[in-house]
Amino acid sequence: MAAMRKALPRRLVSTSSMGTLPKRVKIVEVGPRDGLQNEKNIVSTPVKIKLIDMLSEAGLSVIETTSFVSPKWVPQMGDHTEVLKGIQKFPGINYPVLTPNLKGFEAAVAAGAKEVVIFGAASELFTKKNINCSIEESFQRFDAILKAAQSANISVRGYVSCALGCPYEGKISPAKVAEVTKKFYSMGCYEISLGDTIGVGTPGIMKDMLSAVMQEVPLAALAVHCHDTYGQALANTLMALQMGVSVVDSSVAGLGGCPYAQGASGNLATEDLVYMLEGLGIHTGVNLQKLLEAGNFICQALNRKTSSKVAQATCKL
Amino acid sequence: MGNVPSAVKHCLSYQQLLREHLWIGDSVAGALDPAQETSQLSGLPEFVKIVEVGPRDGLQNEKVIVPTDIKIEFINRLSQTGLSVIEVTSFVSSRWVPQVAAGATEISVFGAASESFSKKNINCSIEESMGKFEEVVKSARHMNIPARGYVSCALGCPYEGSITPQKVTEVSKRLYGMGCYEISLGDTIGVGTPGSMKRMLESVMKEIPPGALAVHCHDTYGQALANILTALQVVWFVFQMGINVVDSAVSGLGGCPYAKGASGNVATEDLIYMLNGLGLNTGVNLYKVMEAGDFICKAVNKTTNSKVAQASFNA
Repeated sequence: MAAMRKALPRRLVSTSSMGTLPKRVKIVEVGPRDGLQNEKNIVSTPVKIKLIDMLSEAGLSVIETTSFVSPKWVPQMGDHTEVLKGIQKFPGINYPVLTPNLKGFEAAVAAGAKEVVIFGAASELFTKKNINCSIEESFQRFDAILKAAQSANISVRGYVSCALGCPYEGKISPAKVAEVTKKFYSMGCYEISLGDTIGVGTPGIMKDMLSAVMQEVPLAALAVHCHDTYGQALANTLMALQMGVSVVDSSVAGLGGCPYAQGASGNLATEDLVYMLEGLGIHTGVNLQKLLEAGNFICQALNRKTSSKVAQATCKL
Repeated sequence: MGNVPSAVKHCLSYQQLLREHLWIGDSVAGALDPAQETSQLSGLPEFVKIVEVGPRDGLQNEKVIVPTDIKIEFINRLSQTGLSVIEVTSFVSSRWVPQVAAGATEISVFGAASESFSKKNINCSIEESMGKFEEVVKSARHMNIPARGYVSCALGCPYEGSITPQKVTEVSKRLYGMGCYEISLGDTIGVGTPGSMKRMLESVMKEIPPGALAVHCHDTYGQALANILTALQVVWFVFQMGINVVDSAVSGLGGCPYAKGASGNVATEDLIYMLNGLGLNTGVNLYKVMEAGDFICKAVNKTTNSKVAQASFNA
């Protein structure tokens, strides 16, 4: 026992299993859309516009602005046209909007949208419950949007929900995620965001899913959208970065709850993501201080506490 | 997340999700089907020992003082979860004998990799503290009582800012050399990120076998699980072994005395969720930990800091 206590000879330490991290990460800020849409309290149009302007000033290069969906379904997004027209459009910043159907797409273009987002899922049941059709039928709907987008020179981003698990089906096979992602890519989406919609994923599951998807779609076209419902978002995002993904979705202040688990949290907080990336020496272009100010602003407007740990730690209250 | 009508709620109940997703419930060796087992991350330890610090590090940093009978009930509940190590109290003094007389089976000594922190926390320099610890640890070992060493500020100090990995290694080596069976490397103010965790561990693991190391990550900036994942991935090349001991606190008990309003420890529930999902055996029953967490949160009248608990108890 005593012999073991002497200084051990130097050993090589290998971290080869960790992979090389990207030097730059593009953050897609989904707070104004995914975040606000899933908040109980509705905020006014001027508040939404101010939030987006503050996020633009914080250096984010992609800010998901609103959703051109019927207010009957999503009342929080009822002012989509006013918001898109009212925000300052900084050069070099993209302001994509969700368009669930052709009608929404046309309204979005009329309102000045240059980029739209379509929404699919790797689960049949989720697709049925969410947009009332099968995955195959949803492709047909999206194809109409993609063709129209191509004619109008509008970029299209695709979401694949339930990439790591489904609230209705439970486990989702990586092969199914790969299949849906490949279809979106081949239809013309320039980027596909793989979403852990209910936050059930853990790093091993993330790795398996990405391994399958990367065999079908180039890495540069992939993004991850991790929910923090079970506290796994940042660990899962780190795994994705280790696999070479360099686009990450997040929401300022971790806005947005989870409609499938009452009381649960939702999105990964952008502040916490930026904190990690900065610590890793990865370039994001984001000014954390200004981002914190934007988060503080929207939380006051929503009368809620931030879900960002970084914001909580730096709060002077 | 797409456009979800507020009416949509007919999804799997939490209980169903628990049954479906093995990683939410118990992680039992062999419970995963062969396809799943081979697909887990390579290079990770098979078993991870969780050191539950809720009753000590957690409660000590909560505003509310907890009555003794509640503490006892809390610890008893934790004892039934499968957790093999539950930190009940901590004391470093030449007068540690009463603790032993009271039935302590293990003692802890608290060092720091920062001179300023050491001075402010225990009113002496690192060198002086090592002298005191040496006395305590040696005496404990003579009585066959194991001693665990803590190194605070392993990834940063509230007074000095960044801390070099070399300093952490130096202090850890002293504690290990004097007879501590395990050294817990603590990110005391939670400022660490995966890169700084990796650099620190690479340095320490050149001098101390990974089997004698643990990580104690605070979640002040939301980095704890990412840092823990990193710690599990750092591999000691020659023996293909990495860290496999992680400290955590049920419900994420304990704030941060250095950042008012900030959170503290990583929640045991969220840690187990990740480890279960990775297919790593912990021997701990997540449901029972969640119940213990629910108990203590009600007792101290606070909301849990565990996301798993938040997602589960309101479903």
